[in-house]
Order: sequence, then structure tokens, then C-alpha cells
Amino acid sequence: MEGDAELQDLYREVLLDYFRSTSRKGKVDPADVRAHGINPVCGDELEITARREGGKIAQLRYAGHGCVISQASAAMMGEALEGKSEEVARTLVKAFKKMMLENAPVSSLPEELEPLSALEGVRKFPLRVKCATLAWNTIAQGLDAAAAKEA
Amino acid sequence: MSFDVRRVREDFPILKRLVRGKPLVYLDNAATTQKPRQVIEALVDFYERHNANVHRGVHTLSEEATNMVEASRAKTAKFIGAPKPETVIFTRNATESINLVAHGWGRKFLKAGDEVVLTEMEHHSNIVPWQLLAKEKGVVIKYVPVEPDGTLDLEKVRATVTPRTKLFSFVAISNALGTVNPVADMIRIGKSVDATVLVDACQWAPHRPLDVKAWGADFVAFSAHKMLGPTGIGVLWGREELLNAMDPFLGGGDMISRVTLEGATWNELPYKFEAGTPNIADAVAFGLALDYLSALGLDAVRRHEDRLAEKAVALLESAPSVFVLGPKDSALRSGVVSFNIAGLHPHDVGTSFDLEGVAVRVGHHCCQPLMHKLQCGGTARASFYLYNDESDVEALGRALKRTLDFFKIGAKAGVR
Repeated sequence: MEGDAELQDLYREVLLDYFRSTSRKGKVDPADVRAHGINPVCGDELEITARREGGKIAQLRYAGHGCVISQASAAMMGEALEGKSEEVARTLVKAFKKMMLENAPVSSLPEELEPLSALEGVRKFPLRVKCATLAWNTIAQGLDAAAAKEA
Repeated sequence: MSFDVRRVREDFPILKRLVRGKPLVYLDNAATTQKPRQVIEALVDFYERHNANVHRGVHTLSEEATNMVEASRAKTAKFIGAPKPETVIFTRNATESINLVAHGWGRKFLKAGDEVVLTEMEHHSNIVPWQLLAKEKGVVIKYVPVEPDGTLDLEKVRATVTPRTKLFSFVAISNALGTVNPVADMIRIGKSVDATVLVDACQWAPHRPLDVKAWGADFVAFSAHKMLGPTGIGVLWGREELLNAMDPFLGGGDMISRVTLEGATWNELPYKFEAGTPNIADAVAFGLALDYLSALGLDAVRRHEDRLAEKAVALLESAPSVFVLGPKDSALRSGVVSFNIAGLHPHDVGTSFDLEGVAVRVGHHCCQPLMHKLQCGGTARASFYLYNDESDVEALGRALKRTLDFFKIGAKAGVR
């Protein structure tokens, strides 16, 4: 059915899997990085907390309700950023946003972000791009705030 | 003129367009309605034949433009049962109308400790202006609680509205749930303690006959674009004595009587509240929207919408894991049907429906406190108007089935 093909292009099976997955849901406590993000379009709220260890993001969790796109994106982000240095994490945030906001080709995504290519279909729905970038904007704010506090 | 939806649909050019390859099924009428050819042509006609500034020139076009705006004002007054056209103030939208009252009346007449009573089902536009005033003046805001079924309990209205209440401002019909409030009773309760009463009639004016004199409120606000008119025109009706006693909202041209370097005196109503060049063309075209509604008759419009909304409620409630919010009694519900699908976020519902050409609104509907109270982040909302028909309800059913099938939502399980 044509309809299902359209829905499948946006909601790829891998997104639904990440959406259902609970492995990175919740909060890190105590947290070194903490940030609160709001999607102004729908009012959805997302809290991201992370713990650092030896200059790396050791553990990252997200809490809050959201749509398939925003929750799957947060889950994939957690998987991609855990174990990375902050510097690498910032580079990955930039690369992902370039793909979503500037239509950069999916093939240009760094290897660590390979699963994120499943969000490609979201670019056809401009209002939903904010759902996909919510977690990434939130962690960027959290990293900036943590760095400012230490400076 | 009997109500024939097929003929009505022919007046709305946009209904011929395709969305993602499917015919448009427009069910977002509580956000804004589509415009009939008559309104669109009035805009073109104004700019092609009559365009000039109003109340200034003595030339022919200025006189024509002025007369056309004033004719629209008179039609608006007649449409809402206001005896005097000058008590109808044209604003940008209902939000501006409410802000006008907060600034012109609230800042002048409210003082620290005075109570403003609102309800928990208000649109942000009837909450935030009062919160700003509370911050500035120390006014205290109280809320009438919303019942779990999305209605208001008059006993709780009586308990919240007290002699300390200086303003009671509430929505006539909830844009988020479609709840039809007992407006006349609520106004009576407000007046019984000598409170000033403001009614947000945004979802009432497009669908039900409005008689401001029979209501007996002090202020009534609504927007033209939710009733076939252009965007950029709102209405504030106010009781004449209050409008005269109030301070102006915006200062500038048109709203003054005389200006010297030391000060100014205010123009008469309604111009005191219409500073600067107004939205002339849209005010004129709004008159054509009112003509259109009057010709059809709001009673017929309402019967038509109620029938469609009832079918939509039945269709949604019969589907697995779909919950309809708001009053169950169709007599207490307007043509707004808010629903959720268990385990699925409203945004995903909205995008999935859009692929079927069905436009519904999703999210908090600018009613975050209400959503919080009902413990949902948001809802999907289908809202009907006079050009919707049975085929639109069927399309809603197709979009729903497609969504439930794709996300594998059965009687109990969601995707979660």
C-alpha cells in the first residue's frame, strides 16, 4: 500500500525500536551535565543528564514524554555520545544538525552517527525537524553550561 | 436559504487543492477557517477600486474606504446584538482585544490585592495578559478548576467568584476540548458580585448566535479569521461607559482629538482605541464574511457541525485505544473533537493524518495549564465548520485506521 510506504519512509523500523527502547531513559544522579529542553511547537519537555569520567561522557540519560521522532533521536544520541570526549560530542552534534537543518547528505554523517540516518525522512516534514534536533540542542546547552560553570 | 453543503463547498476555492496527493480534508477550523470566494474577492476589489486611508482625506477614495470600514463595523454590531456600532473596536485579533482590556481598563482600575478570576481552561491569550498585570500591579489571579470531563461546575464558579473579584474573564467555548460553558449563568454570577465580566467568544461567535445585550457581559472578544474573515482583524465589544472611562491602549494618529506639545485629548469611540492606520481592507472583507454567515444562518451552521462532530466522536470512540476528551454529552460540546491514541504522541498522529490529506491540530492548543490538569501533554483535535461534510468524517476514519494499523495499535497495546 502506497500509504504505508509513506509512513515507513518517515517512521523507519529502527526508529520505532529506539522509541520503544528504555535503556537510556531516566536520569543520571548525581549529574555533571544537566539540561532542560522545550520544543516550542508542541511544548514537549526533555531533560538530559550525564555523568563524566576521565574527560568523557560516561553515561547519558533522557527523561520526558515526546513523539517517536524526538524520543528515538534522544535514544540514538545517548548511544552515540556515551564514551566520547566532550570535544567529539560537540563535533557530532554539529554534524547531526547539519544533516537535519542544512540537508547535508546522509553519507557525510560520521560513522558514530550511522543509525541517525534513519531520521532522513523527517526532513520532508519541516515542522518535525525540531522534534529530531531537540535532544541535540539540549545536550549542547548542557555542555556549554557545565563548561561555563567550570571556567 | 436552506443549508446545502455541496453549494457551500463550491464557494471555498481552497477545498479543490490536493495535499500530499490527496484532496484536502480541512479539520483545523478552531485554529483558523478557510475563506469563501466572496471574502477573497472583497479584498481584491478593495485594493483594485477603493484603496485609500480612512478618516483623513476629503477625496472620493478616502470617503469610500471610510464608509466601507464603517459599514463593516455596523454589520459586526448587528451580528452580535450591539446597539451602537461605536462600541465595536477593531483590533488585530482576540489576543489584542484582551490585552487592550488589560491595559486600558486593568491598569487604570485594578489595584494591589484585587482579584481576577479566570478558569483553568483558558487559552494562553486569556491568562498571560493578566499574569503580566499581576506582576505589575500586585493583582491576585484565581482559577475556577476544570472537572475531569472538561466541564466547569457552577458551584465552584460561585465559590471562586467573590466580592473581592474585580474581573471575571472566561472562555465561552473551549478551543481545546469543545466544552460549551454555561455563559449566561457565569455572567450572572460575575455580575452578582459587581465584577467586570469579559467573555472570550472566539469559538462561540463563528458557530452560535451571539447577543451581547442578552448576555449582559462588559467585554466580548473574538477574531475574524476564525469565522471566514481575513487574518489581522479582531473585535472587542465593550459597554460604552466602560470604554469611555478606560485609558487608550496605543497612542498615535487617529486616536486623538487634539495634540499639543504638552499633551493630548482622546478621540471619541471607537477611534480612541484604533491608533494608526487600521487594517482597512481586512475590516472591509470581514463584512462579507458576516454577510455569508448571516445568509446561511448560524442555527443551520451549528446543526450541521453538531451532526458531523457527533459522527466523529462515535467513530473515534469505537476505535481501539482511542480516547475522546471533553464532555460526553453532545449538548455540552461544540464542533471541536479532541482525542488521544494510547501510546502515540499527538505529533505522530498529526503527521500520519497529514499523509492522508487530513489537517488536524496537534499539541497543547495554547492551553498548557488545561493539558497539565488533564495530565496529557497535548491532544489531536478535529474541528468542524460549515464546509465540512460526511466525506471528511470518512477521511478522518481512514486516517485513523491507517495510523492504528501502521503503529500496530490494538485494543490494549500501544507502541510503547
